[in-house]
Amino acid sequence: MALTGLLWCVGALLAVSVAAIPAARLRSASTLVYGATLSVSALALAIAIACLLAGGPLLGALTLPVGLPWLGAHFRVDALAAFFLIVVNLGAAGASLYGIGYGRHEEAPGRVLPFFAAFLAAMNLVVLADDAFTFLFTWELMSLASWALVMAHHRRAGNAAAGYLYLIMASFGTLALLLAFGLLAGPAGGYAFEAIRAAPPAAGVAAAVLALALIGAGSKAGLVPLHVWLPLAHPAAPSHVSALMSGVMTKVAVYGVVRIVFDLLGVPTWWAGALVALLGGVTAVMGVLHALMEHDLKRLLAYHTVENIGIIFIGLGLALAFGANGMRPAAALALTAALFHVFNHSVFKSLLFFGSGAVLTSTGLRDMEQLGGLIHRMPLTAFAFLVGSAAISALPPFNGFVSEWLTFQAILVSPALPQWLLKFLVPAIGALLALSAALAAACFVKAFGVTFLGRPRSDAARSAREVDRWSVATMFVLAAVCLVAGVLPGYFIDALAPVTRSLAGARMPPQGALDWLTIVPVAQSRSSYNGLLLFLIIAFAAGLGAEAIHRWASGALRRSAAWDCGFPDASPATQYTAGSFSQPIRRVFGSVVFRAREEVHIPPPGDLRPAEMHVRLRDVLWDVFYAPIAGVVGYVADRFNKVQFLSIRAYLTLVFGALVALLMVLAVWQ
Amino acid sequence: MAIVLDLFVQIAQMVLVLALAPLFTGFVRKTKAHLLRRQGPPLLQPYREVLRLLRKDVVLADSASWVFRVAPYLVFATTWVAAALVPTFATGLVFSYAADVIALVALLGSARFMLALAGLDVGTSFGGIGSSREMLIASLAEPAMLMVVFTLSLLAGSTQLSSIAEFMQASDVGLRFSLALALIGLIMVAIAENARIPIDNPATHLELTMVHEAMILEYSGRHLALIEAAAFLKLLLYVSVIACVFFPWGIAVSGQGPVAYVAGAGVYLLKLAAGGLLLAAFETAIAKMRVFRVPDFLGAALMLGFLATLLLFVTMAR
Repeated sequence: MALTGLLWCVGALLAVSVAAIPAARLRSASTLVYGATLSVSALALAIAIACLLAGGPLLGALTLPVGLPWLGAHFRVDALAAFFLIVVNLGAAGASLYGIGYGRHEEAPGRVLPFFAAFLAAMNLVVLADDAFTFLFTWELMSLASWALVMAHHRRAGNAAAGYLYLIMASFGTLALLLAFGLLAGPAGGYAFEAIRAAPPAAGVAAAVLALALIGAGSKAGLVPLHVWLPLAHPAAPSHVSALMSGVMTKVAVYGVVRIVFDLLGVPTWWAGALVALLGGVTAVMGVLHALMEHDLKRLLAYHTVENIGIIFIGLGLALAFGANGMRPAAALALTAALFHVFNHSVFKSLLFFGSGAVLTSTGLRDMEQLGGLIHRMPLTAFAFLVGSAAISALPPFNGFVSEWLTFQAILVSPALPQWLLKFLVPAIGALLALSAALAAACFVKAFGVTFLGRPRSDAARSAREVDRWSVATMFVLAAVCLVAGVLPGYFIDALAPVTRSLAGARMPPQGALDWLTIVPVAQSRSSYNGLLLFLIIAFAAGLGAEAIHRWASGALRRSAAWDCGFPDASPATQYTAGSFSQPIRRVFGSVVFRAREEVHIPPPGDLRPAEMHVRLRDVLWDVFYAPIAGVVGYVADRFNKVQFLSIRAYLTLVFGALVALLMVLAVWQ
Repeated sequence: MAIVLDLFVQIAQMVLVLALAPLFTGFVRKTKAHLLRRQGPPLLQPYREVLRLLRKDVVLADSASWVFRVAPYLVFATTWVAAALVPTFATGLVFSYAADVIALVALLGSARFMLALAGLDVGTSFGGIGSSREMLIASLAEPAMLMVVFTLSLLAGSTQLSSIAEFMQASDVGLRFSLALALIGLIMVAIAENARIPIDNPATHLELTMVHEAMILEYSGRHLALIEAAAFLKLLLYVSVIACVFFPWGIAVSGQGPVAYVAGAGVYLLKLAAGGLLLAAFETAIAKMRVFRVPDFLGAALMLGFLATLLLFVTMAR
């Protein structure tokens, strides 16, 4: 049975994790470990694909006699789990392949290798878990393993603080999930998902569970306003782990939301859909605006993950709203859009993090203001990064466009929703989605343009070298997946049919058999898209133009200094920087969202001091939600600090007082 | 047989937009000059410009990479394909089911993405300023355009441009407030996207407020010719979209005979002339605005589109 095979794969990963502890001293340790995780993930990926495509006989459940004595550990693979296993193991295989090359530059492999394998195993287990205890245990294992990876380079500035914040947010999230499962299990304590499904909670409890699940899994996914740890922690890890955390672990969090909200909660309510979609819309715009303000390449990518999580949640929210109103085909469309975006984002975000890792390896820099001109020194990395940038900016013919297009189509069928709040909310969410898509393009013009184009802004960028062939190969494979999923989306949509059938009660119309591989979400007269044909026509038109020009136009080409309107300046410092590129957008959006303030000091004529400009950005959400909590905790801790330095008499008095108080409580209780 | 006819219409359309685009720009320039009591360049001047550029050498900056050299071809190809997907004289284009209006907006987004990258490629401050401002304008114009698209698609029940045109032509749509809002929004977006006054000045690259011309400052020779041709096509595309959606009269519907096609082409030319006259008059009458006023202008377009969509959401019972 497929499940046994998957569990053996997980076991193998755990064994690799244990074996990596003593083996980390070996010179070839990283090659061995990443080779092992690559082969195991590839095997698990193959099994998961088979499970999703063949369905039926390969799916199943299993109970192992570990964990809580009266419960055991339940595992189950269904269509939803199979889909997320594909996402997890594709990302894992990519990160392992990349790690074979990237890991050679690791100065402390002992701090990375054991946790890397354990992290992969834990993410697989979360998706396979079929009872609350196993789910929470493996969820916490996943958090801890990734925390250890974030702390791998704990001496670097900022990493320890990032790890601390991550630990707090992760424990907080798990606490919320614990409470959610406690409510789901009810007083009888049926912690197996089977039992929860059999007895869905009452409306009030369901609302509480939804809120707790959104807090618990949403904080892991990076839902605004619980995203604050994500842009600090994801970039702090080694780059292939950043790719896993951003591309895959956030998707495991999405899996948690889908499993609880769509599967365990039973029939959805429309306001749940409204809430989820609104959170998604706000998350998308906030994420991309933060990303635009960011000059650290890896942190920019991490903020962009927040944006894409928002897009996924818009799809999920619409699916809930449609499902609550019994509009099953529409729910299937929205859910397919969300899940397809889950897959797409995991691919291109991994690709982009691998690209940023390649830049980091060859220049030692993450700050875009120090980079530039890398396309001349690292042409292959630059090409792959360009494909990833186009895909994440939702440009046809790549995959990001298809899932956003499907989300738009879902929005366009939503006037049929009867609730008034939704009628007002959904167009606003559509506007937010459109805005975030356009801003994402601006963001990636900046990310690619400032890093790879132009002239190098530092010696490190000037002397950069192309990275090893393992890393390049990984990036090219993922770039190819981006294109294939973009031009042949029909097959991917069809593969998602069993998932939507089990969760939304319907599926999108079969796409694979349509003429010319067109995708038609609702009806031919309504809308259709054909990435393959579009790709071919554009290639044909470009080829025609190129052919005509090379036949009839002048082919002469002369190299010279840049024209720059007659004012060429030899210094690369005169180029546009990341800061200057995003300055107009900062002026338009930043004054509200970030309370951006610019201070310019220009010394009077004759004064030789340099002119200075300071930009202050404040995270309003941090000020509103987190700063007060941190203030209260600090205040209480300060007050309690006094208790540490009392005399022995005072302590004895305290103990006596506490004893009396407890006895009183007991007396009153009885 | 029908597919052959559709294919013929499609190819005719691709050739037609390519051939007409420079003429339209020349017409607008000539009209503007007349309004300013100048003689103005001849109508065919844009063709001559493109041909002259094609004959010239390319002078390429030392720091330019392959992105700079590939971008013109991709920009031209995507814009051309996008323009060919808009029904001009007849609906029922064979490729129209490959890309709907949302994909059309995204295609133009792809062209802009490549061009903005090319602006950053050489590493000069002019290119950077152009790219940065182009993306600022796009970040508001694209959502505004999508909101307009939402309005039209909700009304017509389709995101296919051909279906929308047929719907607007055939059924009794009547005067709708949403449509008026969408029309104004779309015109504002078209002005911004084509770098026309008051957003940008297509006739100069000597102002500090320039956007599009700054971005392509380093281009020369055949590369510049392609980019110019793409700009002509884009202007024609927007006018065609407005014409085919809001003024669909005379467009031949798929299956009608060759007479309808010829008539459709004639009506299309008349519509273009009207559009060109209006654009020239508008540009002559208004002054260019500061760059940081542009977000207000486009924000208004976005709000109009949003209101139009919202009204439809609220009033539609389907």
